[in-house]
Amino acid sequence: MNLLKKSEWNPYFAGALAGILAILSVWITGEFIGASSSFVRTAAMIEKMFIPNHVSKVEYFNKNQPKIDWQWMFVLGIMIGSFISAIISGTFKLQTVPDMWQDKFGKSVAKRAVFAFSGGFLAIIGARLAGGCPSGHGLSGLMQLAVSGFIALICFFTAGIISANLLYKGGINK
Amino acid sequence: MKDLFAGLITGIIFGFLLQKSKVIRYNQQIGALRFLDMTIIKFMLSSIIVGMIGIYLLKDLNVISLNIKSANIGANIIGGLLFGLGWGILGYCPGTQLGAVGEGRLDAVWGILGAILGAGLFAELNPFLKKIILTWGDFGKITIPDILNVNHWIIIPIFIFLCLMLFIFFEKKRI
Repeated sequence: MNLLKKSEWNPYFAGALAGILAILSVWITGEFIGASSSFVRTAAMIEKMFIPNHVSKVEYFNKNQPKIDWQWMFVLGIMIGSFISAIISGTFKLQTVPDMWQDKFGKSVAKRAVFAFSGGFLAIIGARLAGGCPSGHGLSGLMQLAVSGFIALICFFTAGIISANLLYKGGINK
Repeated sequence: MKDLFAGLITGIIFGFLLQKSKVIRYNQQIGALRFLDMTIIKFMLSSIIVGMIGIYLLKDLNVISLNIKSANIGANIIGGLLFGLGWGILGYCPGTQLGAVGEGRLDAVWGILGAILGAGLFAELNPFLKKIILTWGDFGKITIPDILNVNHWIIIPIFIFLCLMLFIFFEKKRI
């Protein structure tokens, strides 16, 4: 039980456990880990409340129907699991601006909100275009030695390194 | 229904592991992109190594079948770069940002809202994108062993060896 309360686990150890979890998931339910298409389903569910006729006409929503599936529950579970872990280890912390961001860009909640919103917007369009995110392409793709996974993961990191370093250009001056 | 329950449990365990190893934090995500802290790479590659061995063992025993995403080179590259650009700005991944909310990092809520809007827009643009980017260089569901025409058990040890070298490098540099 002490291990569960520890605030920090070795990333190699936790990663290896996540690998076992991924194997068991494929073995038991046939499901590979992924996340990004759940956002498409969520968008479809929201649109369905207001413009149901339109949703039924969008081809991409036929492929990713406005309903809750394995992956949607998986993504929801991530939030619950993280909450449980944070509570029992005492690392839950309400924060509207991350530490590193605040050191560089200050305390403005609005500024961080605009950047986070735009980043999320761009990232999901990219992920859906590429056919997956670091979970689907990165973890599940590389586990299966998929060519698409390697190409996507290299591109994720290449562009991520560029945008993060442009944002933090000149380092943090404090 | 059983499937939904399995998804929830898998997600809870995954979220637990992500939080415990700090992989979902902004400082660690951007830390990796700025070469300051390689926690997320250590986590990812460790899970890939273990997963790879297990998945291919089970496949060889005919217990499971692979589920490979198509190598659409144009879409993989352009989408991948666009993702990376957004990722560096957001500082969370689409899936794991829910974990960030779970540990109280409320700025991830903005990222989630942006992602839902982006996903809705993508659905509208898809017929148009399909005509252009999505059909460039479609090589189908191929794997590294397929294109090199060798058995996967030759590739797997090489992959693991390269990861271990990288781990040694990270530990030496203390990043």
